[in-house]
Amino acid sequence: MRLNYILSDLGIGLKRNLSMTIAVVVTIWVSLSLFGSALLAREQVDLMKGNWYDKIQISIFLCTKDSGGRGCSGAEVTTEQKNRIKQVIESNPDTAPEGVFGESKKEAFDQFKKLYKDSPIVSTVTEDQMQESYRVKLKDPQRYQNLISAVVGLPGVDTVQDLRQYLDPLFNALNKLRWGALLAAGLLLVAALMQISNTIRLAAYARRREIGIMRLVGASNFYIQLPFLLEAILAALIGAVLACGTLWLGVYFLVKKQAEETFRVWQWVGASETLRATLIMVVVGLVLAVIPTFLTTRKYLKV
Amino acid sequence: MIRFENVSKTFEGQSKAALLNVNVEIEKGEFVFLVGTSGSGKSTFLRLVLREHRSSKGHIMVAGKDLNRLASWRIPQMRRQIGTVFQDFRLLPNKTVAENVAFALQVIGKPRSHIRKTVPEVLELVGLDGKEDRLPDELSGGEQQRVAIARAFVNRPMILIADEPTGNLDPGTSVGIMKLLDRINRTGTTVVMATHDVSIVDQMRKRVIELENGHVVRDESRGVYGYQH
Repeated sequence: MRLNYILSDLGIGLKRNLSMTIAVVVTIWVSLSLFGSALLAREQVDLMKGNWYDKIQISIFLCTKDSGGRGCSGAEVTTEQKNRIKQVIESNPDTAPEGVFGESKKEAFDQFKKLYKDSPIVSTVTEDQMQESYRVKLKDPQRYQNLISAVVGLPGVDTVQDLRQYLDPLFNALNKLRWGALLAAGLLLVAALMQISNTIRLAAYARRREIGIMRLVGASNFYIQLPFLLEAILAALIGAVLACGTLWLGVYFLVKKQAEETFRVWQWVGASETLRATLIMVVVGLVLAVIPTFLTTRKYLKV
Repeated sequence: MIRFENVSKTFEGQSKAALLNVNVEIEKGEFVFLVGTSGSGKSTFLRLVLREHRSSKGHIMVAGKDLNRLASWRIPQMRRQIGTVFQDFRLLPNKTVAENVAFALQVIGKPRSHIRKTVPEVLELVGLDGKEDRLPDELSGGEQQRVAIARAFVNRPMILIADEPTGNLDPGTSVGIMKLLDRINRTGTTVVMATHDVSIVDQMRKRVIELENGHVVRDESRGVYGYQH
């Protein structure tokens, strides 16, 4: 196989179809950017959910000596109080069987360190400042009122949080964004596929003399398809690289510079999530360029 | 080298067969004229040999291979043993004479050293030495057909198929082309040539197969063009 011949062919093909190639690149760029954002939105939801979200609905935080909840008296919760609280939770008819998890100060601290591993805040916090808690899974997540009113005010109970009550609207919005982005990405990818097959059809027409002779003298199908394939791969790669750049910039300016500064409580998507998303994007871009190329060239370059 | 056994070909959507029950055997090294009016099935015959179409019925053997049983990915390999020349030359207008010939070797992956050695040889054989760097439209029709023949022959095929190679040329030039084809035939290459050119067929006195409405109506060695003239 003569590499320089193939490469010069590729150059000629790209020049001839420059406007179509640019259209393909731009479409792939935008669609993969949207696709990548959707991937990141999902990662973000997972990060915000943390360890507990899928397992529990209600968190009951117990008193420390600094906490000022109704059931606290300026002292650490006692073992007796803890047992009493646990008993109340377990005997509540809405609590799921085996649905009570205790989190010790140490566990809370470990979790905290994991969550804020990149943040200077870790060095200022000690294990002792962590709150013990009970995490409760309900039989029916909608029926939380009963349990909350049963434990609020018990001696040793600082605060009761229904995690879902205020996270769910946020997750719903993120999810809708994600599906919207996926839908738009899907539509644009369909457009990209059609553009690719159109480009190939035009290129095959423009090169019909060469292709006719190649078939006649017995060039292999792969050899005939190769310039088209390389053209599509190159366009997809450029589009994918641009999309990856867009995603990195987006993460840098919107997440690192804005969201992380404004909402420090949350953990935000960072480099590792973005890297994973960009790798998926490149693969998806290449696969989606190669498949229609094979199908179209098979159709127009039939032996 | 080429054998048709009860071959019929009906194109999709047509009721009349383009070829019907054709039985022909062409030996290695033969020179065969394929004659007949337009639409008699000459081109279909040649296309079946090139495996551009499959026969609807019967077997076609080319160079020992049953074309109907040939997997489609093997077709290119098979075609490398056949050179083809057309009435309209089919040269690449933006490539020089030498590049046009070299193209046929490049696209089947021949090494550059082989190409550099073979192309001048074959250009000399067809009488185009000294014109390597001309573009096709700087050449006469006869010279262009010589380039096409050089391209068809450069890979030393076992079979050369010529579909009315003199159809666009004046009689004097045609004679030159026929001499060239004859020379190629003498190297052992089987030549199958479809033609309307009465005087050429009558002069060459080679085997003549006449087709009419898809049937073989005449097959004689050392034949002439026909009784209708």
